[in-house]
Amino acid sequence: MDFVKKHPSLPAFIATLLIFTLAVTFLSEAYGTGTMSTSFVKTLGKTLCLALVAISMDLVWGYTGILSLGHFAFFGLGGYMIGMWLMFARTKLIVVESMAAADIPATAMEIKDAVGTQIFGVVGSSDFPLVWMFAHSFWAQIALVVLVPGLLALVFGWLAFRSRVTGVYLSILTQAMTLALSLYLFQNDSGLRGNNGLSGLQNLPGLDAVSQDAVSIWFFWASAFALLVTYLIANFVVSGKFGSVIRGIRDDEARVRFLGYSVEGFKLFVFVLTAIIAGIGGALYYPQAGIINPAEIAPIASIYLAVWVAIGGRGRIYGAVIGAGVVSLVSTYFTGGQAPNINLGFYTIKWVDWWQVLLGLSFVLVTLFAPKGIGGLFDLISGRLSPSRKGAPLGPDQGSLREQEAEK
Amino acid sequence: MIRRILAACLVFLTLALSAQAQDRTIQDVLQEHAEAIVKSSRTTIGPAIEAVANSGQPSAQTVLQKWQNKDMWQWSENGFFYAATVDGSEITLTDFDTGDIVATVAKGDVTQLKPNSGIRAMIGAALVQFQLNDPDAERRREALLAIQRDGEASHLAPLRASIETEDNPDIKALKEVTERLLTISFDKDDARRIAAIEGFAASLSLDARAALNPVLSAKLVYAEDLPETANIKREIKPGSEALSVSDAFALMVSAGAATAQPTLSERKSALTEHIIDGKVGGVPVAELTRQDARDHAYQALASEGLVPAFDPAFSMEAAVKGVRFAEVYDEPSAAVTDAAQKTLHTINRAVGVNQFLDLSLDGLSLASIYFLAAIGLAITFGVMGVINMAHGEFIMMGAYTGYVVQQIIPDYTISILVAIPMAFAVTFAAGVAMERLIIRWLYNRPLETLLATFGVSIALQQIAKNIFGTQARPLTSPGWLDGALVFNDVLAISYIRIAIFVLALIFLGIFLFIMKKTRLGLETRAVTQNPRMAASMGINPDRVNMLTFGLGSGIAGVAGVAIGLYAKVTSEMGTDYIVQSFMTVVVGGVGNIWGTLLGALGIGFLQKGIEWFNPSNTLAAQTYMIIFIIIFIQFRPKGIIALKGRAAGD
Repeated sequence: MDFVKKHPSLPAFIATLLIFTLAVTFLSEAYGTGTMSTSFVKTLGKTLCLALVAISMDLVWGYTGILSLGHFAFFGLGGYMIGMWLMFARTKLIVVESMAAADIPATAMEIKDAVGTQIFGVVGSSDFPLVWMFAHSFWAQIALVVLVPGLLALVFGWLAFRSRVTGVYLSILTQAMTLALSLYLFQNDSGLRGNNGLSGLQNLPGLDAVSQDAVSIWFFWASAFALLVTYLIANFVVSGKFGSVIRGIRDDEARVRFLGYSVEGFKLFVFVLTAIIAGIGGALYYPQAGIINPAEIAPIASIYLAVWVAIGGRGRIYGAVIGAGVVSLVSTYFTGGQAPNINLGFYTIKWVDWWQVLLGLSFVLVTLFAPKGIGGLFDLISGRLSPSRKGAPLGPDQGSLREQEAEK
Repeated sequence: MIRRILAACLVFLTLALSAQAQDRTIQDVLQEHAEAIVKSSRTTIGPAIEAVANSGQPSAQTVLQKWQNKDMWQWSENGFFYAATVDGSEITLTDFDTGDIVATVAKGDVTQLKPNSGIRAMIGAALVQFQLNDPDAERRREALLAIQRDGEASHLAPLRASIETEDNPDIKALKEVTERLLTISFDKDDARRIAAIEGFAASLSLDARAALNPVLSAKLVYAEDLPETANIKREIKPGSEALSVSDAFALMVSAGAATAQPTLSERKSALTEHIIDGKVGGVPVAELTRQDARDHAYQALASEGLVPAFDPAFSMEAAVKGVRFAEVYDEPSAAVTDAAQKTLHTINRAVGVNQFLDLSLDGLSLASIYFLAAIGLAITFGVMGVINMAHGEFIMMGAYTGYVVQQIIPDYTISILVAIPMAFAVTFAAGVAMERLIIRWLYNRPLETLLATFGVSIALQQIAKNIFGTQARPLTSPGWLDGALVFNDVLAISYIRIAIFVLALIFLGIFLFIMKKTRLGLETRAVTQNPRMAASMGINPDRVNMLTFGLGSGIAGVAGVAIGLYAKVTSEMGTDYIVQSFMTVVVGGVGNIWGTLLGALGIGFLQKGIEWFNPSNTLAAQTYMIIFIIIFIQFRPKGIIALKGRAAGD
């Protein structure tokens, strides 16, 4: 009960998520009236995963003050890890089926070679690279979903934090890491099919009989559940003493260090934890998207992630969820060609062309006029306003909000 | 019958010749060999071609050309040969010597000479000497270059003959080089070939390497029964990089020294063929999912004699063990290959040195591109500390400005001269507008500057896409920037890259001048170090920030014109440079232009150096370079040149 008291948003969030999940289920084609198309269920499921990774971004940026431009790379890595198993297992089933027609049953070696040719033929190879060592095992790849982003974040974070790279330099460094990773994956000899990426991930091995209508709802449930768990974990992390310390690091790192806290350790913990959350989000997202390629990891995706959090309102976890949900759904609406064109007489605004301009300008406007983002609206409703400090900065750090800005 | 007539003609001609021996015409020469010419056989035509070529008649070349092109016809009335032009059924005959039109006759009265391809080649070879001795030097050069491209053994003699009489020193040198190339490839005398090969020592010419490589061509062979005379390059152990075990075994098989074992797939298809009642060799088909079960079934079939025998203990490693394999030159003479090997070694060393220089030039030009892209950022980010993610889009705006100017002003030289200040003006205005509207509200919140400018960046990108479309737009450089400054066959640099290098130097100068020598520079430094103090001294920080940001953006625009000249202009070109530019500034050390210069040089050379290890893969080069930079920043977080004292901030 204490926990709920500490987090008044929790019951509301859980209730909203529950109602949303039930509503989608009852409208879906598989378990309900069928009003909602399967592709839209998938879109919603993907949006939940994006909300998941937005929470991790909010933890690392909104609470700890590290503007990481690499969390979408962790997201993508998670997707690659699960994608390897999906692709391997499904290709193997297909190969075994086609080989069953032969006069002589195939040996394990022949099956493996045929699977290799199927998967890597597109990059002119047929051998399994070393990174596919565990692709045959579902549980091993699930472990890698957690381990690979976690280890990368651990090594990178340790190197970066111990040399005290902070602020915008750290942002640029994480962006460089993301760029390096995506460039590496773009190569054909990276072992992950170059720019072809991994495809056909929406087909679960052994579940050919189950229609995508049902599978999409399953993934939707799984995503909703993962989001709920992440939300609870995130609330737990930011509450209590740990949460105070990381907020302290955000506002004045040097002061927290002088108080005797191991700033690097705290940062590293948050960085690795959020990388793991992002990886899990990716592992749920890409089976719904069906395809993953290195372009998904490009630095711009991570910047978008930061923008969702900024628009939703950083420093509050439901803000990240709202930001990711609103921006990605509105974006789907405009880029999907559903938005009506606006005829100005001399020029017709096609939203497919102009949506990005609108999006870009709205970042600027949100940053300038609504630093609290959409989440700030809840403060207006609850009447929680910042105390009057006669225009002084709200925090001790140069980078913290000034009072006038906060009130906008 | 014809031969009789011809013989009669010949007699008649001989008589005529004796009458006017001193003015022999080409027709006389042709008639002397008329029989061979008409017969048109490869074995007998030689003396006829030679006679024409060596007749010393001015029209000899024309005759050979017409003959080669099947434009020489024989008139049956007198048996003479004429150049002919066919016009419908009428044929106009022209005399070779005088160039006069002799007659216009019907097709039936003349016979076309149709030399076959062999003869045409012989005529071609005879023609070479005319080209090599052509009075026009340019045509001699063309002929020589043609011979260098695809020479033939028959070119050698006329080429050698023409060297002595050559009076143009350039062409004489070219002739000597060509002669050596031909000698290496075609001469029969080894001593001459060796001399020619050694003549190319330390040469950088691609042709020299092209001529030497075939001399050194070698193939892998099974060496146990190699003849004594074989010119062996080296002995090779199977299982090494040059010769895999399976390749070595295949060589043994093709030499008849071993019998091939049925391969895995052959055994499998043999098994498939012998399935009887769901069993193969007594083994149920369902059990054949393991290799040892298959081997067992195959053995059973082999012992019945149904399939070729297979020894399960057989291994290729054992079969090729202790067997000699060698690489053998196609060229039989060891002296020649040794000389070629030695010469190629000196050539490779010289080429290596020049390739290193070439790589350095490449690195330098890449560095100047990075420097150009980063110098604007060195002002906005380095000096002012503003993260401007739209910097790349300012580069793009500059490039598109150049493109638009070129649409209006067709002359490329003038349009570039107009485009540079135009690009500066446009991006300066854009930068000032952005500073006034967005950035000045966010000076206390650098991370949010990043987001807001990123918003501007994607909006600008999409606007450019809407206006100019998604396809790349060309920004054409003026004609005098075409081509390259060629030092030799290896070392060359295109003029555009030189121009970009010069432009980078100019911008370095401008930056230093503004920062160190002008009022604006002084005020900028004052405001960035301590805005409040600067304001107390009567400097208007708002104005200074605005102008400084505008300056940085304007320089980005000019860089855009320069980059657009050598790369295509697209709406996404900015994103290619933004991360690299930030890297350049961060690696170099924020707030110091020399640091940016060092950063650009370091990154440029590093990238080219990594590319050199793996030239086919520029993606890998970029990946490793970024990883290297990340590691570098671990050790020098403040960059190569770190600011000290109060200017360094925290």
